[in-house]
Amino acid sequence: MLHFSRFKIGFVVFVCLMGVLATLPNFLSEQTLKSWPTFLPHKQLSLGLDLKGGAHLLLQMDSSELRKDWLKSLRGDVRKQLRDARIRYTGLGQTKDLVRVKLVNQSKMDEALRRLRTSIPQPIGGPFGGGADYDVEVEQGPGDTIEVIPTNAGMQQRITGAITSAIEVIRRRVDNIGTAEPSIVRQGNDRILVQYPGLEDTKRLKELIGKTARLTFHDVHPTMSGQEAEQSQVPLGFVVYPDAEDPGHSYVVREIPLIYGEDLVDANPGFDQNTSEPIISFRFNQKAAVEFGRFTSQNVGRPFAIVLDNGVKDDGSPDVVVLSAPVIREPILGGSGQISGNFSVQSANDLAVQIRSGALPATLTVVEERTVGPSLGADSIEAGEWAALVGGIGVAAFMIFAYGLFGIFALLAVLVNLLLIIGTMSMIGSTLSLPGIAGLILTVGMAVDANVLIYERIREEMRNGKQPISAIDSGFSRAFGTIIDSNLTTLIAGVVMFWLGSGPIRGFAVTLSLGIFATIFTAFLVTRLMVALWVARQKTRKIPAPL
Amino acid sequence: MFKGVDFWPHDKIFPIMQVRRSFVITSIVVFCLAVALLATRGLNFGIDFKGGSLFEIQSKSGPVDIAELRAKLGGLGLGSMQIQQLDEPTDALIRFEQQKAAEGESSEKAQQNAAAKVQEALGDDIEIRRTEVVGPAVSGELAWAGITAVTFAIFGILFYIWFRFEWQFAIAAIVALVHDITITLGVFSILGLDFGLSEVAALLTLAGYSINDTVVVFDRIRENLRRYKKMALDQLMNLSINETLSRTVLTSGTTLLAVLSIYVFGTEVIKGFAFAMMFGILIGTWSSIFVASPFLLWIGVKRDWSGIAKSDKATAAARS
Repeated sequence: MLHFSRFKIGFVVFVCLMGVLATLPNFLSEQTLKSWPTFLPHKQLSLGLDLKGGAHLLLQMDSSELRKDWLKSLRGDVRKQLRDARIRYTGLGQTKDLVRVKLVNQSKMDEALRRLRTSIPQPIGGPFGGGADYDVEVEQGPGDTIEVIPTNAGMQQRITGAITSAIEVIRRRVDNIGTAEPSIVRQGNDRILVQYPGLEDTKRLKELIGKTARLTFHDVHPTMSGQEAEQSQVPLGFVVYPDAEDPGHSYVVREIPLIYGEDLVDANPGFDQNTSEPIISFRFNQKAAVEFGRFTSQNVGRPFAIVLDNGVKDDGSPDVVVLSAPVIREPILGGSGQISGNFSVQSANDLAVQIRSGALPATLTVVEERTVGPSLGADSIEAGEWAALVGGIGVAAFMIFAYGLFGIFALLAVLVNLLLIIGTMSMIGSTLSLPGIAGLILTVGMAVDANVLIYERIREEMRNGKQPISAIDSGFSRAFGTIIDSNLTTLIAGVVMFWLGSGPIRGFAVTLSLGIFATIFTAFLVTRLMVALWVARQKTRKIPAPL
Repeated sequence: MFKGVDFWPHDKIFPIMQVRRSFVITSIVVFCLAVALLATRGLNFGIDFKGGSLFEIQSKSGPVDIAELRAKLGGLGLGSMQIQQLDEPTDALIRFEQQKAAEGESSEKAQQNAAAKVQEALGDDIEIRRTEVVGPAVSGELAWAGITAVTFAIFGILFYIWFRFEWQFAIAAIVALVHDITITLGVFSILGLDFGLSEVAALLTLAGYSINDTVVVFDRIRENLRRYKKMALDQLMNLSINETLSRTVLTSGTTLLAVLSIYVFGTEVIKGFAFAMMFGILIGTWSSIFVASPFLLWIGVKRDWSGIAKSDKATAAARS
């Protein structure tokens, strides 16, 4: 056990050096790091929000809203397809999870089914997905009806798409708050985790990402007012939206918008030159500018409505308002304009940001919020440093007291162990949080234990009458099995925690599992190498008892 | 050269297995007490598992006035509230239970609205250093994830020990582990300490530690089973425990030192964790000495390890 080939010595030294190099950036300032040669590791260990302070928001997407929107567009598709095929229908409507249409003439059933089946369902995974799964099913329902039903796989695809685009939108919106690098990732099926380091007040963050902000431009019904529509009946293809300033007032607007918010290329907060109240000025893209120019030329003297759809309110009712409904005084050909709508400076600013960054596909609800102020984070780090210092000195004193020179060997091995863990964590870009520190402490405990096992074994062998050199030899080899067994058992717990756990538990599992590998390496190669070198340095053939 | 002080009385063999009855009875009584406590009093689940909100605050102008805080926040109509003074006189912890959703309001929103009200009511003089708001959907999942993680970890350990040793060892190790976890939970219950996600992490750490300790003893028992084929089982186990006792005490001592320093210096967030760990180390050491081996003796072990020893030696030879 005490013989090391040159190759093996080189290997151990190399790994230890790598550990030192990978850990080193954590102790250097950013400036020093910049002048660091490029072939050396640069990455610093990122600290969890619980240590450096910041906001952690878990958002959940309202999938029922997503489903409702989808059914609405499916309803439009059905209408268009049946019209194009000149198939007459009555009662086209949507329930919570399907679109149903009743045909006037039952003999058209087969044709209608064929028509809808070829045009509406899309294969999952795009046209080249190759699978047999479709996002919707077209079925014959009871009593001459046709039902268009979204499948689970289709809904899943919708959610995935919506989450992906929501992450993009959030990123663009959040970039307006400050300079820190937020992390925005999908979590689970329909959730998004936003982590914003250094941010304490989450109010503004929540305001910015809590609104859908879908802006659309609509034609207003030429004659009918909102009050009239509510008393009689809303004409087909029109809807009634309340005014943003005066909830008693409402407008009858065409359901299908003239122009969508996506066609706005720019939106900025500003002030009206005459009234100096806050406004938002915007610009259309080429296509929308042409469209809007044509519309305004044909409709001089009539109003159009700028509608803001903010998803759902707290009580679940739709949050859609008409921001303003200006009368067209002259054709607007330049493709730019302004929205006034009783804004405050802040709300104009926020809305401009929201419009610029695009609409969210559905409302996001905060299901979990955790913030740690920077001062508390600093306290935690300071406390951690003190704990490490005092604990470290305590353990060191204890080990040296109990094992003398070999105790120092063990401490060096534990130090290498820590460097390897922190170095690896820095390299793979994992985050150190409070539970992670706990994992490190357990690792120190187990690493010390590995050395204690070896040394106690060596002492035992010597008590049994063995010569020091053979006692050392069999001490290492006998302790090996025990160390492997005890560490692997713990590793199993670590892997399970990583696999099943979330957040803090995962962070703990990462450090613990890395720590176990490092412990096995250091106890069996680093400590043993130091002991072997010590034995080799003894001049006399009969070496003194080391322990 | 300084060789270190071998302070352990190695020549003394403690008759642990002879007096095991009293230790086992102590353990059974404490275990039953813990189970009874958990059944009646239950755990004081933190907001991670129950939902609700928590604010750690610091007064900017001198010591925080708990009575004033209570008056300020009591008027908000947010249900039951707990205010706890922390070690620093300027610091306090405020907890609200999960809010009941008003008519037509989602309960996630209710949590958010309540948290916003609290932040407003606290005013400028108070700095909110930490906020945690957990909605009901997430809290349920977190609890479930915690339970599955612990359960699967236990089964994983069980199978590994079964594979490496014999099924009797696996059962005995798990008995010791369940003993440790249950009693630690019982302590949390009786002291009414907050039980959240980081305490689950502590519990898992303690599971790892306790198993580690037990495996070291078992490993020695297995070794001695091969060496002393005729020795009475209780005597053999007693020898094994005694041979590893110096190691057990030394390791527990150093780890306890490390955790103690976290407990003393740590902030509020990690104190619960450190406490669970400290207790866990003590109980884990206890169980590996006084619970695991007596249990193993009770269910009995296979005496003939010669075949296994041979194959083990073959692998050991292959290893080196």
